[in-house]
Parts: sequence; structure tokens; C-alpha cells
Amino acid sequence: MSPVIFESVSVGNTLPELVTKPISRTTLALYAGASGDHNPIHIDIDFARGHGMPDVFAHGMLSMAYLARLLTGWVPQDQIKTFHVRFAAITQLGERIRCTGEVIEKLERDGEQLVRLDIQASGKDGEVKLAGDALIVLP
Amino acid sequence: MMPPICEGLQQASRWGMISTKSNQRTPEIMIDRKHIGLELPPHTAKVEKGRLKFFAKATGQTDPIYTDEDAAIAAGYPSLPAPPTFLFCLDMEVPNPFEMLDRLGVELGKILHGEQTFTYHRTVCAGDKIIYRSRVADIFDKKDGALEFIIKETAVTDEDDRKVADLKSVIVVRNA
Repeated sequence: MSPVIFESVSVGNTLPELVTKPISRTTLALYAGASGDHNPIHIDIDFARGHGMPDVFAHGMLSMAYLARLLTGWVPQDQIKTFHVRFAAITQLGERIRCTGEVIEKLERDGEQLVRLDIQASGKDGEVKLAGDALIVLP
Repeated sequence: MMPPICEGLQQASRWGMISTKSNQRTPEIMIDRKHIGLELPPHTAKVEKGRLKFFAKATGQTDPIYTDEDAAIAAGYPSLPAPPTFLFCLDMEVPNPFEMLDRLGVELGKILHGEQTFTYHRTVCAGDKIIYRSRVADIFDKKDGALEFIIKETAVTDEDDRKVADLKSVIVVRNA
């Protein structure tokens, strides 16, 4: 990937978007194992039903990991200073997650050149699942 | 500064997870506010290559620097880097990953993840040992106690006590 340079970035620029495969029970089982988040609400339909849910649903942190891929697909990971999301809606089985990002601010602080990104993960019918921001250092 | 929390809990409400009636709360199921400031026992986690490869697979990550050590080294890392959200995962590498909830008397099936923030000081790589120190920074409620919020703050350092990252989680408890 060719490096992203501060001078060549403008407010309003967007990141190359990322769209995942539909989330399946296998996706959730693998993520539970790999992440160490064994909360049964994501992998055990009996437990989910016993807690008022119609079915298991995706880990919010899985979609945050997809958003992390959006960021590391744009700049090397060590240029990420902060990464924040709010979990707005539950992701259900079968949904594809679409990750988008936009430069909303350019700033210089403590001798570093930074851009602030607005980031979003959305699902079926464009419903926003995660919304947040990231601060990225650029050369 | 924290943006508004969980506007999208309407979604949870649509699913029938949260009652819209707010008068059925009983004070005894509120979390005791004495737990604000509670510090959890620090723990150390080792960042392992095999686990990082598994995480890359589980998250659809195909960039070779996350799975191929030679590619990572060529990119300037000492070994495979732990991807940005992975620090959250290793905080669960303890005998009881839900100890904080247990100590607060919160049932696992009632929680939702409201927000998550990472502030990075350096990238962690396979082979690193990192130390987690967490505390309950705040507990508050909304909608007459139908929803309670736990703010957990975690400082992650390396073995030389250098800062690695700071994590902040907002956990939502559905009471009603």
C-alpha cells in the first residue's frame, strides 16, 4: 500500500470501504474462540432464548475488529493513536458489515500531524451498528 | 468527553430486551455504588503467535503482516503485531473473565457493550508480556434505573512498566 501523506489528505476524503461476508454461526464460534469472549449469548441459542433474545447475535467487538481492518488497510497500525466506537445496534446472523471512514479534521498537536476520522459499521438496510472516531498520525 | 451512550438501545427495546415501562424497578437489583473505584487484581498476559493467527482468521484479516512473521518483520515489527482490538481479548485471559460482573452482582445475560475506546502508546507484538490493571471508574443509571452503566478503565503496560495502551469500556446493564 502506498503511504498516506498528511499533505495529500483533505477533509472529506473517504477510506476504501470494507464489506464482510454474511455473519454466520461459524463466524461467531470462531470469534468466540479467537477472542476469548465466551459469553454464551453469542454462541448458545438456548442461553440467548433464556435471556429474552430470539437467537444468538454477533459480538460487538467482532465488528470493531472489522473497523480495525478498515484502519490498518489505510495506514500502518502504529499510526493509530485512538480508536473509539459506540455500539448502536445489535448485529444479527446473516448480516454483512460495511465499514466506512471519512476524514473530518486535520490537526497538528505536540509536533505530530494528525487526522480525525469518522468511522461507521453498518448492516442490513444501512442500519448503523457501530459509530465512532479514530485519531491517526500521518507523516 | 463521552458522546451520548447507546442511542441505538431502541434496537434492544424492539427486541424486547428492555421494557419501556420504567416503574417496575426494585432498588435491590441496582448495583451498589460502593463499587465505584473498585480495583481488579492485575494480571499478566502473553501475546502468542498462534492465537494471533487464529484471531486474523476469525476476523477475516488477510494482510500477511498479521499471519506471516517474515512479512511482519519486513514491515518493521519484531514479530506478528497484535491487531488494534486484540488487547481487549487478552484482558479475558484470567480464570474468571467476568469477575468484575460477579463482584458487582451483575448477571452476564443482562449486559450489552455500550462503548469501547482504545488509546495506543505502542504496538504490541507476539512474544510480549503485558500487564492489565483495571478499575471500576463509575457506575450510574438512566431511565429510572432500567439501564445501569458501568465504566471500566484498564491501563496496559509492558514488563518494563512502559505504557502500552489505555482501554475504556462502557457496559450497559438491562434491569427492567
